[in-house]
Amino acid sequence: MTIYLPIAELPVNIFTLLALGIAVGFISGMFGVGGGFLMTPLLIFLGVAPAVAVASVSTHMAASSFSGTLNYLRRRLVDVQLGLVLLAGGLTGTLMGVLAFMLLRRFGQLDLFIALSYIALLGAVGTLMVIESLRALLRNWRGEPARIRRPGAHPWFLRMPFKMRFRQSRIYVSIIPVLAIGFSIGFLGALMGIGGGFLLVPALIYLLRVPTLTSVATSLMLTLVTMAAAIVLHAVLNQTVDAVLGLVLMVGGTIGAQFGARAGQAMKAENLRLLLGLLVLGVGLRVAADQIRQPADLYAVTIDETDR
Amino acid sequence: MSRAAALARLVAAAACPARLVPAMLGIAALGLVAAPPVQAQPAPEPQGLVLSLSKARVTITSSFSGDSIVLFGVTPDQHGVAPPPDVVVTVRGPNQSFVTWKKARRFGLWTNVESRSFLAAPSYLAVLSNRPPAEMADADTLRQEQAGFVNNRLIQRVGTDYADVVPGDPFRQAFLRVKQSQGLYFERTEAVEFIAPHVFRAVIPIPGTAPIGTYDVQVKLFQDRELIARGMLPLEVAKVDFEQSVATAAQQHPFFYGLATMLGALAVGFVANLAFRRD
Repeated sequence: MTIYLPIAELPVNIFTLLALGIAVGFISGMFGVGGGFLMTPLLIFLGVAPAVAVASVSTHMAASSFSGTLNYLRRRLVDVQLGLVLLAGGLTGTLMGVLAFMLLRRFGQLDLFIALSYIALLGAVGTLMVIESLRALLRNWRGEPARIRRPGAHPWFLRMPFKMRFRQSRIYVSIIPVLAIGFSIGFLGALMGIGGGFLLVPALIYLLRVPTLTSVATSLMLTLVTMAAAIVLHAVLNQTVDAVLGLVLMVGGTIGAQFGARAGQAMKAENLRLLLGLLVLGVGLRVAADQIRQPADLYAVTIDETDR
Repeated sequence: MSRAAALARLVAAAACPARLVPAMLGIAALGLVAAPPVQAQPAPEPQGLVLSLSKARVTITSSFSGDSIVLFGVTPDQHGVAPPPDVVVTVRGPNQSFVTWKKARRFGLWTNVESRSFLAAPSYLAVLSNRPPAEMADADTLRQEQAGFVNNRLIQRVGTDYADVVPGDPFRQAFLRVKQSQGLYFERTEAVEFIAPHVFRAVIPIPGTAPIGTYDVQVKLFQDRELIARGMLPLEVAKVDFEQSVATAAQQHPFFYGLATMLGALAVGFVANLAFRRD
C-alpha cells in the first residue's frame, strides 16, 4: 500500500515507513539517542530529498523523545537542571554551527567535511565506548569489584570554578565543562544535521560521570527541546517539513521507543553501553566505507539549490 | 462526423479497453470516407495533425503512485497511399537547474572534484517514437527539431559561457544516464504504434516521483527525411484534495504549519506514552 507524501512529492510504501519508524524508535528508546543519524540516511535511500528528510525526521524525533522523556520523568530519572545548563550551551553552539555551515558551503567541500567529521567522531566515540564497556564486562566476569568513584578523584576540568550541584545526577562539578559539552553538541548538530544524542550520552557518562540511565533520560529531554525548535525553524526557513511523512514515522517510532525503553531498562548498563558503542562504531565504519569504496557511478546529479 | 469527433470517441474508449476494437474499426472506416481529394502541391503543409490526451490533468491524491496517459493522434491526410509518417513524441516537465558532479579519488577518499551546472533542463523527459529517430531524418534536422533523446538541448554553464556541448560529453551523458536511472527520463523507440493507417497511439509514463507542474507534449512527424507536421498539447500534473491543502499550508502559513506539526508530534508522543503505560 503506497501513500503519496505531499512535501517530499513521491509515493512510498506505508509499511516500509512504519517498519523504519519502529526499528529506529526502538533504538532511540533503548539508548536515549534521537535516531536521526540512522533515520536520515535511510530516508534519503528511499528517495526523499536530503533537506526534506532532515526536517521531517525532527518531527519523528520530537514525538518519540517526548514519549520516552515522559517515561523517565515518571521514574524520576531526568535531571532537568543539568538539561537546562546543557541547553544554554547548546543554543549558542547551534547558532555558531549554522554560521560555520554557511562558511563551509561557500568553499564547496561541505559533503566531504561532514563525512570526515562523521568518521572521526563516530569512530572515536564508538571505539572508546566499546573498549570501556568490554573492560567493565571483563571485570564483572572475573568477579573483580568495580572501581569505586572517590569524591576527590575528579579530572581537572570538573574541578574548574563555578561549581554547581546536580542532585539528580549525583555530581558536583564546574558548569564550564557542562556548557562546553552543550556547545559542542549544538555546534556539531547544526553542522552535521544530527540531534547529537549519540554524542551526548557518552559525554555525560564518561566526562561528567553521570549515571547511565540519568544520562539517557536527560539526553532524551534535550533532544525533545531541540527537535521541537527544529520543526518550527525548518518549517519557516526551508518549508521542507513533510507532516505526512513525519506522522507515519512517529506512529512507528513512538511504539518502537516504548519497547526500546523497556529493553534498555532491563539490560545491564555495561551491555547497554557496549551495544551503543558497537552501533556508533558500525555507522562510522559504514560512512568510511562509502568514502573509500569506488562508487558504482562516478557521476551524480543534484538539484541546484542556489537558484531557488 | 469529423475526424476530431472520432478521436474523442477513441479517447473515451481508451478508458475501457473492451471498447477499443469497435472504435478502431470506426476510425479505420472513417479514414476511407473522410479522405479529402488528392492535393496538388507536392509538399503538404504542416497542418492537420490532430492530437488528444486521455487525460489533460494528472491529479495527485494520497494513493497516487504513478499514472499512464495515452496520447492519440491523427496524422494529416496525404495521398491516401503514402506510408504512415514517423512520429516523435517529446514530453518535457517543468525546467529545473541541476548540477552533475564527478567523483575522483583524493587521498584515498572518493570526493566530488568536478561539476557542471545544467541550467533549465527538463525535470521530466520522455521521448517516444515508432522507430529510432536517428533513422527518420538527417542528424542536423533532428538536432534542430530536438527530436530524439540525445538531441534535446541541455544548456550547461561552462565558466562564463552558456552552451550545449557535443553529445559525447561525459557530463551530458552522465546526466541523461542518471536521470534515466532515477525514472524521470525515458527513451522508448517503439512506444508509438499505429492502430490504423492515420491514427497513432503512445503511452506516456508518469512516475510517482513526477515533478509538479505543466508538461509540454510535443509531437513531430517526419516523412521522406523532412519534418511534415508538428503539434503541441499541455499536460498538467497537480496535487489535489488533501495533498494540495498540506502543500498550500506549508507554503503560505509556514509558522502555523510548523507549530501544528510540532504540537501534533507531541500529541502522538503523549498518546503513545499513555497507551503503553504499565502502572
